[in-house]
Amino acid sequence: MIVPLNTHRPRLVVIGNGMAGARLVEDVLAADPLKFEIVVFGEEPYGNYNRILLSNVLNGSQDAKDIFLNPLSWYAEHGVTLHAGQRVTEVDTVQRIVRAGEREVTYDAVVFATGSRPFVPPVPGTTHHGVFVFRTIDDCENIASYAEGKKKAVVIGGGLLGLEAAKGLLAHNLEVTVVERSPWLMAMQLDEAGGKVLQETIEALGIRVRVDTGTAEIVGPGSVTGVKYEDGTLDETDLVVISAGIRPNVELARAAGVAVERAIVVDDQLRTNVEHVYAVGECVQHNGMIYGLVAPLWDQTKALAQQLTGVGPTACYTGSKIATKLKVMGVELASMGVIRDLQPTDEVVVFSEPRRRVYWKAIIREGRVNAACLLGDLGPADDVMTLFQRGGAVPERRLELFFTAGSQRKETSYADLADSHQVCDCNGVSKKTICDAIRAEKCTLPAIGKATRAGTGCGSCKKVIKGLIEAVAGDVAADPSENYYVPAVPLDKPALLAEVRKRSLKSVSAVLRELGDGSADEKSKMGLSSLLHSVWNEEFVDERDARYINDRLHGNIQKDGTFSVIPRIPGGVTTADALIRFGEVAKKYNVPMVKITGSQRIDLLGVQKEDLPGVWRDLGMPSGHAYTKAYRMCKTCVGTEFCRFGTNDSTGLGIAIENRFQGFEFPAKVKMAVSGCPRNCAEATVKDVGIIAGEGGEWEIVIGGGAGASVRKADVLCRVSSKEEAIQMTGRFLIYYRENAKWLERTYDFVPRIGLSKIIDIIVNDSLGLGEWLDQEVQKTVNAFVDPWTEANVPAYPGQFDAGRSIPLNVLSS
Amino acid sequence: MIRLCVLDEIPLGMARPFVVGGTKIAIYRTREEQVFAVADRCPHKGGPLSDGMLAGDQIVCPLHAFRFDRNSGSCDQPHVCPVTAYPVSVQNGIVSVDM
Ligand SMILES: Cc1cc2nc3c(=O)[nH]c(=O)nc-3n(C[C@H](O)[C@H](O)[C@H](O)COP(=O)(O)OP(=O)(O)OC[C@H]3O[C@@H](n4cnc5c(N)ncnc54)[C@H](O)[C@@H]3O)c2cc1C
Ligand code: HEM
Ligand code: SF4
Ligand code: FES
Repeated sequence: MIVPLNTHRPRLVVIGNGMAGARLVEDVLAADPLKFEIVVFGEEPYGNYNRILLSNVLNGSQDAKDIFLNPLSWYAEHGVTLHAGQRVTEVDTVQRIVRAGEREVTYDAVVFATGSRPFVPPVPGTTHHGVFVFRTIDDCENIASYAEGKKKAVVIGGGLLGLEAAKGLLAHNLEVTVVERSPWLMAMQLDEAGGKVLQETIEALGIRVRVDTGTAEIVGPGSVTGVKYEDGTLDETDLVVISAGIRPNVELARAAGVAVERAIVVDDQLRTNVEHVYAVGECVQHNGMIYGLVAPLWDQTKALAQQLTGVGPTACYTGSKIATKLKVMGVELASMGVIRDLQPTDEVVVFSEPRRRVYWKAIIREGRVNAACLLGDLGPADDVMTLFQRGGAVPERRLELFFTAGSQRKETSYADLADSHQVCDCNGVSKKTICDAIRAEKCTLPAIGKATRAGTGCGSCKKVIKGLIEAVAGDVAADPSENYYVPAVPLDKPALLAEVRKRSLKSVSAVLRELGDGSADEKSKMGLSSLLHSVWNEEFVDERDARYINDRLHGNIQKDGTFSVIPRIPGGVTTADALIRFGEVAKKYNVPMVKITGSQRIDLLGVQKEDLPGVWRDLGMPSGHAYTKAYRMCKTCVGTEFCRFGTNDSTGLGIAIENRFQGFEFPAKVKMAVSGCPRNCAEATVKDVGIIAGEGGEWEIVIGGGAGASVRKADVLCRVSSKEEAIQMTGRFLIYYRENAKWLERTYDFVPRIGLSKIIDIIVNDSLGLGEWLDQEVQKTVNAFVDPWTEANVPAYPGQFDAGRSIPLNVLSS
Repeated sequence: MIRLCVLDEIPLGMARPFVVGGTKIAIYRTREEQVFAVADRCPHKGGPLSDGMLAGDQIVCPLHAFRFDRNSGSCDQPHVCPVTAYPVSVQNGIVSVDM
C-alpha cells in the first residue's frame, strides 16, 4: 500500500528511533511543530529510551521502565507516526519511497539515524545460547534472565562498554572475567601506564582481567560452556557478553546509493551525497570522524532540525570534541581526546600516585589540551575537560593544569548559563528543564534525576546541578525578608525604589513612616540614608540621626573613640607642599600615628573629635571618604609618565576618575585602580572596577574584583579606546550597581549574582536602552557633590564636634 | 537635679555628651521628643555611647554594635553589664539630670 503524500505539509521520514532519531524529531518539533508531517521507523518495538542508561539497568541501579524518554503515547500526542518494530528494508531515492516490508511511505526528506550495532568477531561459537551483545533493552533483559543461577561470565572486550557490562554482571552474583586483546584495558582512551592502573582498580572490584588475550572460540555445544583463547588456554563460563566494538549500520544507505566510507558520509549540513537524504548519529562519518558517544549527536540533530525547518538555514555542525567518564561505581576515570595521538612536538604532563592508584596524563599541543586521561581521582577533571572542550590555553606552569586549575577558575556563575544551555550531555537536559524541576520542589540530586534524568548518565554534570539547586532553591525556599533592602522596610530594592520615587519620599523618617514595618533599627536607617541620597541628590532631606557616626563626623571611629583623617590624594600623586602641610598638621594636633595606607594615601590616626574641623581646615584638602559606603579611591601606577613599560597614562586617567566619582555613595564601598600596562602594578584585577592599559591606546575595564578576606579576580567588562569612554563605561556600571545591588553587597558578589553576560549586555550593548539615563545619573551625582569636610566651618547640627561640656557638680545643683 | 543645657542643644534623634562632675554621660533626644541619659561609656570596651545610634528603644554602640535598653540599660548580649541610666527631666526647655 502507498500512503498518499500529504498535500499540505512536506513529509519527513526518520529511519531509526534511537538516541539520534528521536532527538531529531524533538528538535524539529521544537523549531517548528507544524512544518512537517513526521514518520519514524524504529526496529526496536518500543518508544525510545536512553541507551546509555542500559549500564544502570544491567547493574540493577535503574529499572528498565525508568529509562524511557518518550513512550508510544508521546508520538501520538505530537502527531508523529511511529512504526515501532518495523525495520526499513529499502530506500528508493529516485521515487523517494521508504519501504519496510509491505509498507511504503513517500518522503520529501529522509534522515538515516540507524546508529550502529555491536561488532561480533568472526570466531566459532558466537551463536551458542548464553552469548550476548550489549546494545539494546532486550539484550539487557536477556542477559539478566539468563544470568539467573549462573556462576561465571566472560566479557570479551575491555573497553568502556565492556567494563560497564562486567560491573553490571557482578551485580548478578557472577564471577566475571574481562578479556582484552590489546596489551592494556581501554586501549582507545588510555596509555599503557593508565591501562595498568585501571586494571588494578578493576581487579580490586573483584573482576578478573586478562589482557593481551585474543579469543579463539566460544565453546558449546548448544549452550556456552567456555571460552578458548588464542594461546590455547580455556576459561569455563556460563555466559559471554561480546563487547568488541561497534559497526555503523550503513547497509541500507549503501544499497540506496548513498556514499558510505566507514560510515555514511555527511557534510556540515548533515547532507549525504543524495538530494533530500540526510544522516545523524553514530551511523555518520563527518570530516573523517565517527563518534560513539551521545554528546556529538545532540549538536548534529539541532543543526539538522534548524536547517530542515528553515528556522536556521545556515546552521551547521562542525565536529565535536569527545570527552567521557566511565560509569562504573568505584572506578574514577575521565578521558578526552585520543591519548595515543602523540606527536614529537607535543608536551606530555603526567602525575602518578601509585598507592592511591591515581594517574593523570595530559597531552598538550600548541598550548592546548589535545587529549587527557584522569584515573583514580577526578579532582581536576572538570577543569581539564572544560579547557579541552573550549580549547582554552593551558597555564604557563603546566603543573597548574592539575593542581591549581581549581583556584584559577572563576566560580561558575549559574546565572550566566543560558536557559537553553545543555547541562547534562548524556541525557540532553537543558538548564531550563532542571530549573523548572527545582521550582517544582525537586530539590535533591536524586529527585532531579528522577524528574528530568539529568545527572543519571556519567554523572559529570552533578556539580552544576547542585549549583543550580542552590541558586534556584536558595531563593525559592528562602525567607522573603532576605530580599528586603533593609530590615525595617518589607520591600526589595526595585519595589523600594519605585515607591520612594512614586511617593517622593526624601527623608529616612518619611520612608520608615510610610513604608516601614514600625521598627527603626540603625542598619535600616544607614541603608536608607545612603539610598535616598543617591536617588535625590540635592533634594535629599538629610536627617543626621539616620547616619552612622563615621558619616556624621566624616572620619573612621577608632577603638578609643578618636577618628582617622584620610584626605583625598587623587591618583596617589602628592606634592612637597602637601606633605609639609601633613607634617605641620600632625604636629599641631599631636596626631599619634601618621600612616601610609594601602590605598596610596596618608592617614592621620587618633585625631580627637573636637579637633576634626581644625585638622580639615589646616590640611585644606577634600575628604577621602575612607569611612563610608562610597567611592573610595582609585589606585594608579605611574604609567607612561615615568615607567619604561607604560603604554598609557594610567595616572592621568586615575586622577580624572577620582575627580569625577568622589563622593558617590553606593550600597557598599567601591575601590578602583588603573594600571598603565598589563603588568598591572596597580592590582586593578582585584578592584571593584579596574582599568588596565593594553597596546595601542586601548583600555580594558574589569569589574567585580576584590582582595580582602576572600579574593575574586575581576571579570572583563569591555575594552575601549579612550579615557573618555573608560570614564563613561565606569560610570554606567557604577550607577547600575548603585541601582541594583543589595545593601552592603560588594561588586564581587553583585557581578556573579547578576551574571557577567547580562551586565555586559546592559552596560556595553545597552540592551535595555539605559545608557543615557545612567550617564545622566552620573552627571546629577557629580553636580550634587559637596565636600563633607566643609562642615568644618558650618556644623550640620548642634554639638557635632563637641567632646562633652564639663559641668561641675556643686555649682549647678539645685 | 543638675541643669545641663537647653533642649535645642541636643540634636534630634541623637545624643550629646556631657561631663558631670567628672562622669561622662550621654543625653539622648528622640524624634518623639523623649529625653534620657546613660553613662557615656559602653560596658563592653568603653565605646562612646553618645556617638551611637538609636534603634527604637535601644542605643547602639558605635564600636561593636552592642545594644542597650534606654530605660533599664540592659544589654542585648549575654554576660555584658547593663549601662547606668540616669533620670532626666525637661522643664521649660531646660534639661536636667539626677545623678
Ligand atoms: C550500554 C551502553 C552504554 C553507553 N554509555 C554511553 C555513555 O556513557 N556515554 C555516551 O556518550 N555514550 C554511551 N553509549 C553510546 C551511545 O548509546 C550511542 O552513541 C548512541 O546511542 C548513538 O545514537 P544513535 O541514535 O546514533 O544510535 P542508536 O541509539 O543505536 O539508535 C539507532 C536505532 O536505529 C534502529 N535502526 C537501525 N537500523 C534500522 C532500520 N533499518 N530500520 C529501522 N530502525 C533501524 C536501531 O534499532 C536503533 O534503535 C553507550 C552505549 C551502550 C550500548
Ligand atoms: C568596617 C571594617 C573596615 C574598616 C574600618 C576598614 C578600614 C580601612 C581603611 C581606613 C583603609 C585605608 C583606606 C584608604 O586609604 O582610603 C582600608 C584599606 C583597605 N581595606 Fe579596609 N576596612 C574595613 C573592612 C574591609 C574589608 C571587609 C575588606 C575586604 C573585603 C577590606 C579591605 C581593604 C583593603 C584591600 C584595603 C587596601 C586598599 C588598597 O590597597 O587599595 N577592608 N580599610
Ligand atoms: S603597570 Fe605597567 S606602566 Fe604601570 S608601573 Fe607597572 S609596569 Fe609600569
Ligand atoms: S565598646 Fe560598645 S559594643 Fe564594643
